[in-house]
Amino acid sequence: MPRATGGTSIAVALALTFASPQALHAYTVYVTNEKDNTVSIIDSNKLEVIKTLKVGQRPRGITLSKDEKWLLICTSDDNNVQVWDTEKLEFVKTLPSGPDPELFILHPAGNPLYVANEDDNLITVVDIGNNNVVAEIPVGVEPEGLGISPDGSLLVATSETTNMAHFIDTASHAIIDNVLVDSRPRVAEFTPDGTQVWVSTEIGGKISVIDPKSRKILAKIGFEIPGIDPDAIQPVGVRISRNGKLAFIALGPANRVAVIDTATFKVEKYLLVGQRVWQLAFTPDDKLLFTTNGASNDVSVIDVEKRRVVRSIKVGRYPWGVVVARH
Amino acid sequence: MPAYFPTACAGILRRGAGLSAICACLLLGALGMTVMAASQQSANAPNAGRQRISILLVRERRDLPPPLSLLDMPAANDAVAGAELAINDNNTTGRFLNQEFTLEVVQDLAAEALLAEVESRVSRGASFVVLDVRPQTVLALADRLKDTEVLLLNAGSSDDVLRGQECRRNLVHTAPSRSMLADALAQYLVWKRWRRWFLVTGPDSADVAFAAAIQRAAKRFGAKIVQERAFNLDLGNRRADGGHEQIQEQMPAFSQNVPDYDVLVVADEGGQFGDYLPYRTWDARPVAGTQGLVASSWHPSLEQWGASQFQNRFVRLAHRPMRALDYNVWVAIRSIGEAASRTRAASARDIIAYLRSGEFELAAFKGRKLSYRSWNGQLRQPILLGTPKLTVTVSPQPGFLHQTSELDTLGSDKPESVCKAYASP
Repeated sequence: MPRATGGTSIAVALALTFASPQALHAYTVYVTNEKDNTVSIIDSNKLEVIKTLKVGQRPRGITLSKDEKWLLICTSDDNNVQVWDTEKLEFVKTLPSGPDPELFILHPAGNPLYVANEDDNLITVVDIGNNNVVAEIPVGVEPEGLGISPDGSLLVATSETTNMAHFIDTASHAIIDNVLVDSRPRVAEFTPDGTQVWVSTEIGGKISVIDPKSRKILAKIGFEIPGIDPDAIQPVGVRISRNGKLAFIALGPANRVAVIDTATFKVEKYLLVGQRVWQLAFTPDDKLLFTTNGASNDVSVIDVEKRRVVRSIKVGRYPWGVVVARH
Repeated sequence: MPAYFPTACAGILRRGAGLSAICACLLLGALGMTVMAASQQSANAPNAGRQRISILLVRERRDLPPPLSLLDMPAANDAVAGAELAINDNNTTGRFLNQEFTLEVVQDLAAEALLAEVESRVSRGASFVVLDVRPQTVLALADRLKDTEVLLLNAGSSDDVLRGQECRRNLVHTAPSRSMLADALAQYLVWKRWRRWFLVTGPDSADVAFAAAIQRAAKRFGAKIVQERAFNLDLGNRRADGGHEQIQEQMPAFSQNVPDYDVLVVADEGGQFGDYLPYRTWDARPVAGTQGLVASSWHPSLEQWGASQFQNRFVRLAHRPMRALDYNVWVAIRSIGEAASRTRAASARDIIAYLRSGEFELAAFKGRKLSYRSWNGQLRQPILLGTPKLTVTVSPQPGFLHQTSELDTLGSDKPESVCKAYASP
């Protein structure tokens, strides 16, 4: 249910971008601060925090409804998902999530929401409209990352202690396959064309690129940074540009984001960001990438084209998740 | 909840003649059933070709005096609860790979009976034996089983000799060695610039060994032991009506006239006097070592690195906080599970080979991968330093560098290893 004006404003924004690079369309960046129980709201033009929202306990995963009217936040220590109105910045309701929700993903159609319950070895499927729990899918120990295919037919859930990516049919909620990856898989991300799933393994220090059709591992990507203890290179956040050409990987306590050419699986560059970089989000035009740096309480802003960190923005304590809205 | 989550076996006690104290229970995670070991083979296997990996946990009865504090009374299911959690975790993974892990527990036996019982279990198919026994029993078992394809995993003894002169090829260690614990503590004290130590050593041989590890660590990291004093007061019975009146007179007197020092390091592994020292020393000094600030493989308060979920799972299962021994046992059994899922093998030979290989890595809620040292079979792992309630820090400390792994700044490093059994494979 996109807003009627949505398409128009993007067109206007693009037109403005071409007319004058200074007059970029301002997107809104939402960052959860795990320790502060707040969400920092950043204006992507000003690159500063314009508002801080007090939300539930231990906010981590964050996403937007398809029409972007709702901000959905995993409030882990409240054992639910909070829904906020993005326009009025008012609390709307809570959604049931099962205990200790950490990460979730919305079906591309806008509903339902898939929530990983780390404490219960379950994926909870929630209808965000009527608040009903549609299904509970048992998976491995400590489910964490969730990725969904662009057509919405396939859900990939990682389980941290079982070291697997579980491939789940979203129609039947049945697990169709389990792919063993390296230690402590965190995030699963489909390429925009749906032909690959990238899974980060934090302790294994690698990315496994999996073919969702054959469930074979097509490639394993490792990282090497001079002067950094290999054990400190711990990939977590994974984002792939909308044109499918570039992948950005947050490397945790290595304090770097790796830029990978998806055609060759080669690391093109390591960008120095803040400490313990965890999650990432592009602006809708793919020009900027925001990173949450947990241990240094800031967000780094990466200029995607120039492959350069252009700004660091102070947010709350232990920033965790990040999502960018069109408006 | 699905039916295939295994149930705890703690309550299944076999009370037959001669076996009254042996808890022999088998967890059939995939079936959600608890059956006796004898019927193991006849259990209806829904899946032909399911790989079974049988693990034995062995606890020796030791007649130790009770600890000073009521809070430190050992739990009846110490170690066993850690094993059950690991079996559950292994089986949750195993059901996706058609592998099934079973646990048998032999406990509360003295050394001779225990050796015989373990041999008998091994002859019936247990390939992995997790140990919480005295160092001499570790060696006796390792030697008796040296011609079998069995791996022993020491989760209970920190004795350096087992990793050095008396190391064995069929033995690995998930319990950190005394030297690892002492090095972890020393790095922090040096980082804190508390370099002058007053070492107080208890009368037991274990206390003397801990003190030796502290002396080694002091030399290694540039601290100075300004004085070592043997603790030789006869404190009498731990419990009497009253007691603090005399303790608060005795402890200051004992710790008087020490050259200026920064921290009192106590070596009292049995916990017979160390807890009397904090707040009672002649000089106002912090206490560290076996009491006060303590180095350990685990702390029940740790919440970093996903440990919260792990602690929650444990408390739900055992109804108490996780102790270091539970963690050491959990790591041992998870190591077997990890090697089994990577090799997709049930044979002990393949699993053991992978566990020892450079490829092995285990995620175990300490923020980095754990693996086994190729020169003595010791698990390399970060060591937590904590007060009774909270984790204070985690070693290795920043700035203590190593050419291959910073974790190898803790304990016996490759060039100094005297373990011969591992030198030639």
